[in-house]
Amino acid sequence: MAAKYKTIIKDGLWENNGVFAMVLGLCPAMAMTSTATNALGMGLATAAVMAASSMLIGFFRNQITQEVRIPVFILVVASMTTLVDLFMNAWMHELYKVLGMFIPLIVSNCLPLARLEAFAAKNETLPSLTDGLFMGIGFTIALTMVGAVREIIGSGTLFADASLLFGPAFKGMEMHVLPDGMGILMMILPPGGFLTLGLLIVGKRILDVRAGKAIQMGGAHSVA
Amino acid sequence: MSTQRTWIHGLVLGAFCLGFGVVLAYSDHITANDIAARALEDRLNSLAEVIPHELHDNNLVEDAISMKNERDKEITVYRATKDGKVTALAYEIYGVGYAGQIRLMMGIDAEGKILGVRVLAHKETPGLGDKMEVKKNHWILEFDGLSLGNPPAEKWKVKKDGGQFDQWTGATITPRGVVDAIRRGLELFAANKAQMMNMNAPKAQTKGEH
Repeated sequence: MAAKYKTIIKDGLWENNGVFAMVLGLCPAMAMTSTATNALGMGLATAAVMAASSMLIGFFRNQITQEVRIPVFILVVASMTTLVDLFMNAWMHELYKVLGMFIPLIVSNCLPLARLEAFAAKNETLPSLTDGLFMGIGFTIALTMVGAVREIIGSGTLFADASLLFGPAFKGMEMHVLPDGMGILMMILPPGGFLTLGLLIVGKRILDVRAGKAIQMGGAHSVA
Repeated sequence: MSTQRTWIHGLVLGAFCLGFGVVLAYSDHITANDIAARALEDRLNSLAEVIPHELHDNNLVEDAISMKNERDKEITVYRATKDGKVTALAYEIYGVGYAGQIRLMMGIDAEGKILGVRVLAHKETPGLGDKMEVKKNHWILEFDGLSLGNPPAEKWKVKKDGGQFDQWTGATITPRGVVDAIRRGLELFAANKAQMMNMNAPKAQTKGEH
């Protein structure tokens, strides 16, 4: 039993990482990663949606008939996204203003839907919750890595504005890595997003080959 | 066989819609007050940047009125009063940049001198068109103290067009749009001064503004 959960966790965090392995959710992975803090916030909001949706679908999976499963999945993801949107607007307002229109766009992110279809629809509540949560955390890790690279090279800072978006306790995270004005502007513009994401995906592939694993095709397949 | 059971699918979908509808309605209810409070805080923060604290002893939001600007758009004019007399006004002005609309808040005193302008929202390219943000550059502070006669009308343009305001390397359209918006904001005041400073006009209903 524990082994099963261990696999779910490992898959979600790295082996079958939503961005680097499955190559899903690329829109927020490129659009919201000009700084590491934005990427972190975006990832956590998505993780919340994924954990809640997967748990609910895992719980109701026997009541959802095959013919209406896609509308129900979308309904659940959209509802959870709306809840995240409302709660962030009310209680995490600075982060909400930064993420802006990308919170509703979590619905169009294929990763939550992919995990519902591939896992939660066929597994019990607790494993589904675990899968959704750790796939979401893996997504957050991927986004934050992209964001960190882009921010360090593009603006010379790391986790800038962390205290503004997450609260004063996070002030210690803000770092100045390069002197002012040394950043390469392209890295915080869309081409930089494409470039960074592509290189990091290649990086994971290289690690996979070195470890003797097969190169995984992009798409919503489970590795297991 | 499955045609007999088609109604079950509708029932399942309907049940989920109903259930989640209730959850969403409840969540909307419990967050409504906090969301409104946040929006009000945002509004007051942007007003505080363009109307100095010492200039007023009233509640800027409560004493606001609604009117149409020169492009027929409904705007809210916030009035700052001290000892019952109007000392300053603040309202949103809109310019057109390279990538779309630029929203600014302008504070202007009772004589028509600019107290301050701040950008509220824009979609300009980071690093190129964002020098109007006060955090990135002092450019927007150069408008403090200016008015319609100072500089004269022909000079209310960017240097490239014969005016007195700097444009930025690699970006002319954005500063051109901002200067134009500020000039139009000043003209709006000149044309509607009496209406804007009329404290007896019916107050604006504070809707859920952005």
